[in-house]
Amino acid sequence: MRQFIIRRTCYSIITLLILSLTIFSVVRLTGDPVTLMAEPGARAEDLARVRTQWGLDHSWPVQYAHFVQNILAGNLGISFNYRMPVSELYFERLPNSLQLALAATLLSFLIGIPAGLLSAVRVDGAWDQAGKVVALLGLSIPGFWLGLVLILVFSVYLEWLPTGGKNDWRNLVMPSLALGWYFAASLLRLTRSSMLEVMRSEYIKLARLKGLPGYVVIAKHGFKNALVPVLTLAGVNLVVMVNAAVIIEVVFAWPGIGRLLFEGIFQRDFPLVQGVVVLAGIMIVFVNLLIDILYAYIDPRIRLTR
Amino acid sequence: MSAPLLEVRGLQTHYFSFGGSRIVKAVENVSFVLRKGETLGLVGESGCGKTTTCLSIVGLLPPAARVVGGEIRLNGADLTKKSPREMRRIRGRAIAMILQDPMASLNPLFSIYTQVAEPAYYHLGMRRRPLRQRVQELLRAVRIPSPAMRMRGYPHQMSGGMRQRIVGAIALAGGPKLIIADEPTTNLDVTIQAQYLDLLMDLQQETGVALIFVTHNLGIVAKMCDRMAVMYAGRIVESGAVRDLFSAPKHPYTKALLGSVAKLGSKEPLYAIPGQPPDLARPPTGCAFHPRCADAMPRCATQDPEDVQCGPEWTARCWLPQRAGRGGS
Amino acid sequence: MSITTTPRVIEVHRPSQVRRWVGDLPLLPLIILVPFILAAVFADFIAPYDPTEPVRGAKIFEPPFWMEGGSTATLLGTDFQGRDSLSRLIFGARVSLIVGLMGTVVAGGLGTAFGILSGYLGGWVDQAIMRLTDAWLALPALVFAIFLAAVVGPSMWNIVIILGLVYWTRYARVIRGEVLSLREREYVQLAEIAGASSLRVILRHILPNVLNTAMVLASLTIGVVIIAEASLSFLGVGVPPPEPAWGLMLSEARSTLMAGKWWLTVFPGACILLVVLATQLLGDWLRIRLDPQQRNL
Repeated sequence: MRQFIIRRTCYSIITLLILSLTIFSVVRLTGDPVTLMAEPGARAEDLARVRTQWGLDHSWPVQYAHFVQNILAGNLGISFNYRMPVSELYFERLPNSLQLALAATLLSFLIGIPAGLLSAVRVDGAWDQAGKVVALLGLSIPGFWLGLVLILVFSVYLEWLPTGGKNDWRNLVMPSLALGWYFAASLLRLTRSSMLEVMRSEYIKLARLKGLPGYVVIAKHGFKNALVPVLTLAGVNLVVMVNAAVIIEVVFAWPGIGRLLFEGIFQRDFPLVQGVVVLAGIMIVFVNLLIDILYAYIDPRIRLTR
Repeated sequence: MSAPLLEVRGLQTHYFSFGGSRIVKAVENVSFVLRKGETLGLVGESGCGKTTTCLSIVGLLPPAARVVGGEIRLNGADLTKKSPREMRRIRGRAIAMILQDPMASLNPLFSIYTQVAEPAYYHLGMRRRPLRQRVQELLRAVRIPSPAMRMRGYPHQMSGGMRQRIVGAIALAGGPKLIIADEPTTNLDVTIQAQYLDLLMDLQQETGVALIFVTHNLGIVAKMCDRMAVMYAGRIVESGAVRDLFSAPKHPYTKALLGSVAKLGSKEPLYAIPGQPPDLARPPTGCAFHPRCADAMPRCATQDPEDVQCGPEWTARCWLPQRAGRGGS
Repeated sequence: MSITTTPRVIEVHRPSQVRRWVGDLPLLPLIILVPFILAAVFADFIAPYDPTEPVRGAKIFEPPFWMEGGSTATLLGTDFQGRDSLSRLIFGARVSLIVGLMGTVVAGGLGTAFGILSGYLGGWVDQAIMRLTDAWLALPALVFAIFLAAVVGPSMWNIVIILGLVYWTRYARVIRGEVLSLREREYVQLAEIAGASSLRVILRHILPNVLNTAMVLASLTIGVVIIAEASLSFLGVGVPPPEPAWGLMLSEARSTLMAGKWWLTVFPGACILLVVLATQLLGDWLRIRLDPQQRNL
């Protein structure tokens, strides 16, 4: 297990290097970074000052070294607009995004997995057909449009739920639904096919031959095995959810990181934008690492043979 | 002679598909008897109904199949009349089964201990220390070295032969009176096969468990079984003591099967049975074997033969022995 | 009964290729897609009005014609500037479809190239590309696209390239697997033994076989690219105005939501939904048709 952890951690570090390199290069390859780093409306002499201040007159390798150094020290620049360190802003808003992501994930697990199981247990039944439609829609409906439609129905017409902001639990309902919808559809499909495959296996047959109670066969033997591929999806979908979260947070005016990024772009607050992207990237890589370790814990084949 | 442990009489199991319009008569009028401690070999080509018969006994037929007639009496009680819950209590406890593919039989995510302990846990209510001891005993009985260490391991760490032995331990865990082994050595290396068969025989000696051994390999039958039943197209065409059937088979199919096995030192040419087994959805009229039978008579095409008593506990379903004179060998 | 049988002569009917294909066509996705494609291509002729100018004589926020206050002159209503919704939707189709298609082509091209190189050359090239793919996949594509768009500046071609850069990894993995198995096939090995250069082997033998998979993958993921484009437009970093884009229309509609001007939200989103749905169905059909063994894409 230890070897596995070490190896995966190395891969993560490589990923982080590539991430930082990409961000670094993109900024410099597509124009003069000085114009980005200077506040909007700066004059010529300001540009020169910015150049020296940010060390942009050094060679690229040196700049990159500074860049990485700064990141490791937690210094991601100062936001133009807020006049605060970007890292502070980020971690201030992070809990909100996590809350939303958690709620959305929970919701999609609650919807997707049981629906998938039911579809598998009653294959080709009415439930299964409905499930297939849901799965297809999940892939095709843009999350942010779903959010807008939800607002239309539940806020404007029915007046049951607030349109945005963050006050109490009612604010969480629609954003989590809009954010989790895609994931729920994916979970449904995956759980269904995974469960179907598992139920046909020989070890399930043997479990029945042992005379184990039906619920034990399905819940203990069937579900745990079916869960394994579902978990991998969780890791992948985390990334997708972060993507969609940006837009959902904008639609619902949810004070999270996605919204922060949007504000930064809107107001041409480059340090904020760059900082958020870097931090978000680091966070995702880290979480993926954790999920991989969790996965290895559940499936002994991975930790003992790799 | 003691009362039989298992008595199957006139068992009929059919598969229904396409909304009931297509019926495959997988098991048709199968009868045999098994006593405590005996080993019965169930022999036949693929698709002849051996596995369906076994699944009928344990009550685990796929949804498309149903027992439509006959009885299966375990110690007198008719299993076909039992509810699913009652059958569940019998499975793993009174009757256990060993499947063919050791690589797929064990759940990869659970430890050996968990999987072997389950029958004892659920059927015998054992827990903690007694349970752990029992698992170790079982693993020792199936000759797994270092059982205490092995039981903490996982299936993927074991070879095919070891896994099949663990499956054997699982079968024994509930203390069964009958074990059905469905071609347990087919997927094992030849050298391991012999070891496994020896193990089964020793276990039988120790525990007195009865064994139904399903196979298409007559060599195994000769080595392991006291009695054998030959199946063809869902019917038992001949059954009796292994000694009797091997020396003087009465049914042409049995003769053909024996003839197709090479005998050491024999100069007789190998004999392959021409033709194919029949489509069980549309079986031929009369005797199911007559299209491929070298000795077929006109009667065989029209009348389904009845069981002929060829000796004590020796029956053959054929018209030929009758013609040759009642009974006798 | 004799064992040997004389072989029966089997008659082979050869229906014309066209008839065989037509009989199998997936009607639903095509019925949905064709109007959108026509709208995109012939927008100038089909749209009733100029999408960037307010309609003369019409009020702002006119509802669709079947509602009170609507008129048949502006079938699907007007927006906050009095511009005709229907015309904007039609022109928006052009942006979405073109960007979606081109973005997919770029992503597919890049991904396939990487996949082939990785699979065929093996060794450290393979390792390097796979590490790159893994790392790239681990990062949030859309966030990156947003970042890139913000830094680089919006324009249609920029968006196309950005989308291509961000989504190529899906292809690389799958194509690489395909190439790995193709490499072992006999005709490839024969060509190699005959001394053909790597490039020639790749172009003549590997690429055509890989194209099938690439096409199926493309049709299945074009939906993602279209939604990505709409998302970028929604956030204001997509194709710049005055070109109408569905995502942009949705972003403009957002402020009118509270006032109940539902048609400005529902129609653009419904268009996105329909197009993506149709491409998904088409992709499924293609997948089953072209390679029934690849059921696990």
